[in-house]
Amino acid sequence: MASNSKDDPAIPSRRNLLKSAGLLGTAIAGAGSATHVIAAESSSGNQSSPVREALETLSSAEADTLEAMVDRILPSDDAGPGAREARAAHYIDRSLASDHASSRSLYAVGLTLLNEHALQTHGLDFHRLNAEQQDAILTAVQNDEIPGFNPSGAGFFSMVKSHTIQGTFSDPYYGGNRNFVGWDMLGYPGVRLAVSESEVAQGENLAPNHQSAYDSQSFTKTQAGRSGGAGRGN
Amino acid sequence: MATDLPGTDVVVVGLGAAGGVAVLPLTQAGLKVIGLEAGGWLGSRDFAPDELRNNLRNWPQAVQKAAREAPTVRTHDNTTARQGGHPMMNAVGGTTMHYWAQSWRLNPWDFKVVSETTRRYGAARIPANSTVEDWPFGLEELENFYDKVEYAVGVSGKAGNINGALNATGNIFEGARAREYPMPPLRGSMFTELMSDAARRLGMNPFQGPAAITTEAYEGRSACLYHGFCNKGGCHVRAKSSTAFTTIPKAMETGNLEIVTHAQVTKIVSNSGGKVTGVEYVRGNEVYFQPADVVLLSSYAYENTRLLLLSKSSAFPAGLANHSGQVGRHYFSHHQGAGVQALFPGNLNNWYGLPAQGVAVDEWADDNFDHSELDFIGGGNLWVHTDRRPIAAASMSTFGRAPNWGSQWKAFIMENADRSNSAYIQKTTLPYSHNYLDLDPVVKDPLGLPVTRITARHGENELRIAAFTQEKMEQWYREAGAIEVNRSNISNTMGASTHAYGGTRMGDNPQTNVVDRWGFAHEAPNLGILGASVMGTSGARNPTLTVQALSWRSAEHLINNWRSITS
Repeated sequence: MASNSKDDPAIPSRRNLLKSAGLLGTAIAGAGSATHVIAAESSSGNQSSPVREALETLSSAEADTLEAMVDRILPSDDAGPGAREARAAHYIDRSLASDHASSRSLYAVGLTLLNEHALQTHGLDFHRLNAEQQDAILTAVQNDEIPGFNPSGAGFFSMVKSHTIQGTFSDPYYGGNRNFVGWDMLGYPGVRLAVSESEVAQGENLAPNHQSAYDSQSFTKTQAGRSGGAGRGN
Repeated sequence: MATDLPGTDVVVVGLGAAGGVAVLPLTQAGLKVIGLEAGGWLGSRDFAPDELRNNLRNWPQAVQKAAREAPTVRTHDNTTARQGGHPMMNAVGGTTMHYWAQSWRLNPWDFKVVSETTRRYGAARIPANSTVEDWPFGLEELENFYDKVEYAVGVSGKAGNINGALNATGNIFEGARAREYPMPPLRGSMFTELMSDAARRLGMNPFQGPAAITTEAYEGRSACLYHGFCNKGGCHVRAKSSTAFTTIPKAMETGNLEIVTHAQVTKIVSNSGGKVTGVEYVRGNEVYFQPADVVLLSSYAYENTRLLLLSKSSAFPAGLANHSGQVGRHYFSHHQGAGVQALFPGNLNNWYGLPAQGVAVDEWADDNFDHSELDFIGGGNLWVHTDRRPIAAASMSTFGRAPNWGSQWKAFIMENADRSNSAYIQKTTLPYSHNYLDLDPVVKDPLGLPVTRITARHGENELRIAAFTQEKMEQWYREAGAIEVNRSNISNTMGASTHAYGGTRMGDNPQTNVVDRWGFAHEAPNLGILGASVMGTSGARNPTLTVQALSWRSAEHLINNWRSITS
């Protein structure tokens, strides 16, 4: 686990530590104090991500930045879990290998610019900033105040937001909406193959069934009616 | 070189809403029909209730021909057209596999826009540069064919006018029909009751619109189970009356229909005498020539025009059936922008709704109201429906009440996911001399053939209808208790749409129309053209049932006049 790799999200690079120490006006750049700074600033809780799946597309550094970004778009907060618990970033990572493959380079450029901006302004990787700092940078991206995005910062933000929504509220089969946190967030009672008038009338009070469409063998690769795994492809 | 295949009586190009209906009367009359379809077969197991795949990923299980040849779009002649999306799909059944299934008849006025406007308001009220004509016949000519299709595919609804007897639980503005729908309308809901009550308080006549969705067991198919994935979703119990589940299987039972899937037609072949002799198509890496006595072209408005323009020959150097230069003219599409969104103070219980389950108001459509003091003709049908799914719900407008990301946004969508509604207002759209389809000079499909280019913009008449109907819709939402109402802008282009009209317009005058009153080309009598490309007016409602009624009528005409058409 421990390594001096610059890309290892668990270990901030010495350069970054020095930078952040400088910006914060801290005289001492020892590892202990730096770790303390990081812990104190990580109020958005990125260090306690519940699951880190294998990355199919993104680099680990890109994934760190993306995890932090989706967490600010649709945060975990007092009202409940958000995009982080839904594993929206995992959904995006997978989708960049398939349906969103044409957006792969947009993510590479956008996430890198985002992180470089964080390093330049705060001396820390984006995911190590506190929520307010992250929000300020994302607002600047959305307002096209940071150059270099293709086609624009607003376009990048809008793309990530729409993919975050997909990752949070789509069928769990696709790797997001983990534990149905997205559907529960909206009061959507879940996929059903038949819905009666009285069930509709219960609205969000209808007990959620927490089923993926692909929990029904009708729609899986195994022939309908045969036994076989109908599990989600997380 | 193309491989020559044995001949057949009729080849049908495209087995969607139009071709999929025409094959039934043809094969039942004993004609041998080959149906060429670019897509393949899809079945119940392909129709998972999966919003991502249905609504955002464009049906990856289907052949993506329409997407690969999406038209380019521009508003004016002197600009470069850009390729956009194409909302149609390729499969046996075509877009009836995933359409909203609203199955309206046109109103009587839609057939007589010119003469009725002139009679009531004077000829000067026809907008400048509009090329609109009356249809060559009235609604009464089509009634019998509407009826046949409603019963053959299975349409649910409530009649508003049976032989002149009006019933206010249906559309009192519709023309006379001979009998009731084969099935009662889709069920209502708390939201449809809320909106219906509000409409009645405003003196309007709300009713449940007609849908090609079963509401009772119908010819071996289940009634709708209301699972809520109907919007661009296929039906896992075949309650959506796609031609793939209705007229096509019935035609196959005759033994006279042979279907070739994954066949992309690239050319309609004609001889020096000006008759068509068959079609060329690509399947895999092979090119085939399918000879036929009659070719029926039913590949959707953009592709119908494109195939004619691509099918040049010594007899038709400007494209098939295009001596008149009319192929591609009189194009328009429903301008379905300019919607209205509302936010309500409480949940609407619309999870598990569907776009065809809703409430219509027809008071402001067509010429159902007095236009004497107005500066436009035509109008719009107001339609609210119950459709809601999670990704769409989370993508809702914040109505200016919250930022669009972060904790406050999250709180907003948590509270309001089931409290918004979007009206769907279909409006009269007219053809204009400056709006047309042709071949793009640059953009090509993967076979190297140019795609269709759309050059079209809305006229003042369209913009005024949009503003007028948005005002009426806002009043209706406010009366129902909406606390916020948004109006969205109308885009200026008439881009690729599921409601695309013209390009091969139908009419008696061969100088201004491509096909005659029966749907057969003025210049190539054994070429029939099916689809909304033959329609000269849009009405204020979905075109599919009218397309299907016209297709059935063209097929019957062919059966009854086989000798003269093929001689």
